[in-house]
Amino acid sequence: MTKTLFHNARLIDPEGDSVTPGALIVDDGRITQVLAHAPANMDRFPPTHRIDCGGLCLAPGIVDIGVKVSEPGERHKESFRSAGRAAAAGGVTTIVTRPDTTPAIDTPEVLEFVARRAQADSIVRVLPMAALTKGRAGREMTEIGFLRDAGAVAFTDGDHVVSDTRVLSRALTYARSLGALVIGHVQDPGLSHGAAVTAGKFASLRGLPGVSPMAERMALDRDIALIEMTGVRYHADQITTARALPALARAKANGHDITAGVSIHHLTLNELDVADYRSFFKLTPPLRSEDDRIAVVQAVADGLIDIICSMHTPQDEESKRLPFEAAAAGAVGLETLLPASLRLYHAGQMTLPGLFRALSLNPSRRLGLASGRMAAGAPADLVLFDPDAPFVLNRATLRSKSRNTPFDGARMQGIVRGTWVAGVRVDEVA
Amino acid sequence: MSFRAMHLLGIEPLHPTEITTLLDLADHYADQARRGHTHHDVLAGLTQINMFFENSTRTQASFELAGKRLGADVMSMAMQATSIKKGETLIDTALTLNAMRPDLLVVRHPQSGAVDLLSQKVNCAVLNAGDGRHEHPTQALLDALTIRRAKGRLHRLSIAICGDIAHSRVARSNIMLLGKMENRIRLIAPPTLMPTGIADFGCEVFDDMRAGLAGADVVMMLRLQKERMDGGFIPSEREYYHRYGLDAEKLGYAKPDAIVMHPGPMNRGVEIDGTIADDINRSVIQTQVEMGVAVRMAAMDLLARNLRAARGAAALGVMV
Repeated sequence: MTKTLFHNARLIDPEGDSVTPGALIVDDGRITQVLAHAPANMDRFPPTHRIDCGGLCLAPGIVDIGVKVSEPGERHKESFRSAGRAAAAGGVTTIVTRPDTTPAIDTPEVLEFVARRAQADSIVRVLPMAALTKGRAGREMTEIGFLRDAGAVAFTDGDHVVSDTRVLSRALTYARSLGALVIGHVQDPGLSHGAAVTAGKFASLRGLPGVSPMAERMALDRDIALIEMTGVRYHADQITTARALPALARAKANGHDITAGVSIHHLTLNELDVADYRSFFKLTPPLRSEDDRIAVVQAVADGLIDIICSMHTPQDEESKRLPFEAAAAGAVGLETLLPASLRLYHAGQMTLPGLFRALSLNPSRRLGLASGRMAAGAPADLVLFDPDAPFVLNRATLRSKSRNTPFDGARMQGIVRGTWVAGVRVDEVA
Repeated sequence: MSFRAMHLLGIEPLHPTEITTLLDLADHYADQARRGHTHHDVLAGLTQINMFFENSTRTQASFELAGKRLGADVMSMAMQATSIKKGETLIDTALTLNAMRPDLLVVRHPQSGAVDLLSQKVNCAVLNAGDGRHEHPTQALLDALTIRRAKGRLHRLSIAICGDIAHSRVARSNIMLLGKMENRIRLIAPPTLMPTGIADFGCEVFDDMRAGLAGADVVMMLRLQKERMDGGFIPSEREYYHRYGLDAEKLGYAKPDAIVMHPGPMNRGVEIDGTIADDINRSVIQTQVEMGVAVRMAAMDLLARNLRAARGAAALGVMV
């Protein structure tokens, strides 16, 4: 295979914490050389294999943990084909899919079906997660060993919290013996039952049932105790409140194998965005107060929260065009993850390498992948983008089958100019 | 015209002068009714549809009577029985009814924000007859008119609202309205039935009823909304009555001329003692019902005027 040269780029290196002008040589799907300057004899690369990046940013492709592709069950909401195209358009090169489908991905057979569908239809890499308990019902653990052999990269029941601690402790102990990563949703099920928004002044004003932000800390505290008990590798899917942060910091300081993520929506929106019952802003967990949002942004900048994800959750119009309480929760995010994240950069809250640590490097490391790095040997999963280019998002242009984005009509900055998976350009098909 | 709203979805978007305009007109209708002049023709030729997605007797009857007294063609639909059971969504129901070209749509729905959603899909005037725990604007307006007639003013009064505030749309609308008119609002409830962050609305919050009632001009009792509670907000009805039920002893802490209000239906012996409710010197509960019709007449009259103005302007192609 011929080598490909990416030159005239601003290389974002999340590991080295730097943004430098430079060039890359890609061979056989991998980065083989990172250069400070374009090589003198550029002519040896044929024009089709010589990519002028035009001085724009070139970064490791995004690894998005927790994407819902609605196969099997609800392919009209999102398929592997549409999700792959949306990901490519958004600079996401690996999607790590959730098992909260219908039926749940809880047996090796269903997982194989998903892997086959992904292989056939998705233009970006797909890594499936599997359920931790059968049917995500919280009563019996799944065949964690078989599922791991079949390719499950992590185990989670999605937003179903295993409330029986005996069941959970056994599943965690078993997962520990296999070295499997378990992803928990930290919301106390009792307190959060029936809640549509975060409890507080806004919930009271709108007359909506609210959940105390304390529900998150309670569930995190419980899970930390179980991590201490079982020694499992654990990732909290979304930490969205200030009150949960000290507990997370303590658990990390105590040397537990714990990481945490947060959705881009909780970093860039707050509860007031719900305004007059806008159901596209109904999420799980619900949007938080501005104080919480600021604290969580700071925690990501400090590295306490490791990973930013999209929590891509496609919902059709029918399930959203209902009174707020009855409307389905969740928002699509694959295509808006990067421009929305760049709001933190433009606001001076995060650097570009810092952002790509949370978007690419940390999720890769957590899953034991070689991607996420701007270094020789890493897979050539790359995103080229203009961080400053402004645009107004029109949800009709989204590639996802479902267009339930909270950013419709929002002014954003940051346009993806190219996405490569294993050195092959994928965003042009989209 | 100092009433500009096209819908009556809540008290929150109203300006104090709009509230005063509406109350003045309602006052007039109430006086006319007392003189035996109950029938008018300001809504003649207009169609009013009442859509109640939640059980109601008194509010529905009040709206129906108000419409009929103003000469509208009134139709009431019990929505629970029909389309919902067949799986139709709220928006489809709204579009279906809208195609029948009603002029006034009176809607009650068990979910907060549902009436707002519906109002975006129709081109007639929508009146919120209660949505979830959000707002019940005509109830707050009739309470305000009752207070104004009993006390001679609607400002600088000390008003105690007592009971299940967390589940009450009546309380929310009243807090909005009485706050806009510059009254002192005291909320009394067990902490489990007090909404979070409610003190930020400029209310004083009490969990002791006697302290909360001290010096009040108006005592507004709320019904315990048993149907909205899923489990364990209060230990028992008898303990609730002991601590938060309005009886002569507790009422003694309010001003000697304090009036007692209740939006109904009452749970006698749960939130209010029967003898207080029936005390014609203190209780204005029957007046509230009477003012309810007058306030709803005024609200529909004003909305119909704005609707006609908007339609006329649209026909002439000018901006209102």
